[in-house]
Amino acid sequence: MLVYINSTNTSILLFLISVLGIFLNQKNILVMLMSLEMMFLSVSFNLIFASIYLDDITGQIFSLLILTVAAAESSIGLAILVIYYRIRSVITVELMHLMKG
Amino acid sequence: MYLLILWLPLCGSIFSGFLGRFLGHKGSSIVSVICVLLSMFLSFLAFYEVGFMGLNYCIVLSPWIEVGILKVSWSFLFDSLTVTMLVVITVISSLVHLYSLEYMQNDPHLPRFMSFLEIFTFFMLVLVTADNLIQMFVGWEGVGLASYLLINFWFTRLAANQSAIKALVVNRIGDFGLSLGILTVFYIFQSVDYFIIFSLSPLFSGYCLNIGGSNISGLTLIGIFLFVGAVGKSAQLGLHTWLPDAMEGPTPVSALIHAATMVTAGVFLLIRFSPLIEFSSVVLNILVLFGSLTAFFAGMSGVFQNDLKRVIAYSTCSQLGYMVFACGISCYNVSMFHLANHAFFKALLFLSAGSVIHALANEQDMRRMGSLIRFLPLTYSLMLIGSLALIGFPFLTGFYSKDFILELAQVTLNKNIYSLEGAFACWLGNLSVFFTAFYSFRLIYLTFVNSVNTTRRNISTSHEPSLLMLTPLVILGFGSIFTGYLGKDLFIGLGTDFWKSSIIILPLNSYFIEAEWLNINSKWLPFGLSIIGISLATIINITKTHIYLYNTFYRNICFLINKKWYWDVLYNRFFIYPILNFGYLVSFKNLDRGFIELAGPYGFSKIIPTWAYIFSKLQTGQLSHYLFFIVLGACIFLLVIFNQIQLLVFYSVLIFFI
Repeated sequence: MLVYINSTNTSILLFLISVLGIFLNQKNILVMLMSLEMMFLSVSFNLIFASIYLDDITGQIFSLLILTVAAAESSIGLAILVIYYRIRSVITVELMHLMKG
Repeated sequence: MYLLILWLPLCGSIFSGFLGRFLGHKGSSIVSVICVLLSMFLSFLAFYEVGFMGLNYCIVLSPWIEVGILKVSWSFLFDSLTVTMLVVITVISSLVHLYSLEYMQNDPHLPRFMSFLEIFTFFMLVLVTADNLIQMFVGWEGVGLASYLLINFWFTRLAANQSAIKALVVNRIGDFGLSLGILTVFYIFQSVDYFIIFSLSPLFSGYCLNIGGSNISGLTLIGIFLFVGAVGKSAQLGLHTWLPDAMEGPTPVSALIHAATMVTAGVFLLIRFSPLIEFSSVVLNILVLFGSLTAFFAGMSGVFQNDLKRVIAYSTCSQLGYMVFACGISCYNVSMFHLANHAFFKALLFLSAGSVIHALANEQDMRRMGSLIRFLPLTYSLMLIGSLALIGFPFLTGFYSKDFILELAQVTLNKNIYSLEGAFACWLGNLSVFFTAFYSFRLIYLTFVNSVNTTRRNISTSHEPSLLMLTPLVILGFGSIFTGYLGKDLFIGLGTDFWKSSIIILPLNSYFIEAEWLNINSKWLPFGLSIIGISLATIINITKTHIYLYNTFYRNICFLINKKWYWDVLYNRFFIYPILNFGYLVSFKNLDRGFIELAGPYGFSKIIPTWAYIFSKLQTGQLSHYLFFIVLGACIFLLVIFNQIQLLVFYSVLIFFI
């Protein structure tokens, strides 16, 4: 059992959980943003693990960059959320269907 | 000089056609008549030089088509057969030109008429002088075209349009056969030159083509295709329906095209190809059967026709049947002789009929004529000469050719050279002699002898035509009396060397000597039958006996024959309307406008908006749906990349969803 709980599997599991978190969530956009953050986390975790496993610094540099990008992205995303809330007074994902095909 | 015979009518046609506006009536008449008369004199010279002096010319002008082994050149062959046709064509054509100067003088389109007549003469000359099949086909098609233009000369009349289209289309069926024949000739002989074909044909007499597992003799196949062409052009049974309808054109046109020249093209083709069809007994038998049936059928149909021109048209058809079965019993020279003689007396009959029609203000129905013997004595005597020549009265033209054909057919009744087809032809030919005599004299009686049936106004204005119209008639009258006697020894005399190599008769098929030693009774048989026909016509028309004939049975028979045995009706009902319906319902409505449109532009323009609607409806606006497609796409992409899924499966699933 312990064999399967290694770093790669953990990060992939985390990634899939976050995908499902975005995917199954119908109500709250905050949960989506949090799942997105979790996705970034799983990817940078994977990169760090790989960099250690391969004994290469590049992965850690990438994970640092992803950290930066994730911070910037979440700030922008929250800002958009705030503006959206100010206009619609609601943040339910289901009700965001103005742009149909 | 030889090429001038051809170029003169062409020049005349171009001048009177393109410059008719400037030349006017008189100018175009003079130009065209001079051209065709010069052509006639030159062809007399050619006849003298080629026929009597024994010189054969082949003038090669220029290469035309040279592709691989197919080499066709514009070249003109003048041998005995050609010059005989040349004389016939140009003489009849020039007389018809002279005649139509007055006959058509009140027509506003005289220059056009002259131009068409000249172009017809030109194409006919191209047909007879060609030395290869392709060039002959030019003349063949050109003659058909000219006949269309001439029948349709009064193009404002619906009937003229219909008849012209019928003539062209029915001819085109035969032309298709002829073109197949040309292709077969090229396939077998690798050449279309007459010289090459004819010199090789004995070699190929055993040559067989394997078609669909069965061996068919190559020469038989060619002969049958050529015969199909001749059936169309020469109005043999099966494709004869266009000839009586072609009488819608002006009378000189009927005389030129449908009596003397165009319909003889089919017979000319058979005579020209005598070196080829002589080696195929199957083709000869077909010729005998079809020719004698045509002679019989047309002779019988002519009996109760009431239109003056239609009677003569059926007699043309009947005489063409004689010519074809004369070819079938391998007497090509007799056939050619009959062709030449027939041209004279048939042109005479047609032009005299034109004179009658002219005198009676375009009345063509014989039932509304009568007693014209007092008003048109000269026309009557000329018509009588023509009719007697037609029925083969002794010492007139028809006697020397027609009765000789019948004698040759009677040879086959002898026990030692008995052949079933020959006997068939003999009896049908003799019967049609009877019919020929009957309808010729019925025509004479109804038109000239019986009491008057026309209006008083017509009678009071009827008059003999002027000298311009009578001159050709009188010349043709002399021709009808004398050509047979004068040409007999030259054309069909025993051992004549006039034809040289232009006609080949195998010694096995030649019965000329036997025909001379026929039983005297059978030699008199055609004459006796025609006397019976004449006396029957006389009894019915002069005495009161015809009242006994007013019963239902007789009337039904009359009606059947008058309606030409319902050939036209049956053709319309079983061929033309079904084909037209098929064309409209199946190929137009179901295929062109139906299936192909549905599979092509119409169907696509219908299906693409539907798909586009489905695809655009996939974008629901819900964020989670978008995410589903993103994830699904990424999954499928990964599966495809790592070869976990075959592309084929993927596409089939995709198509299924669509």
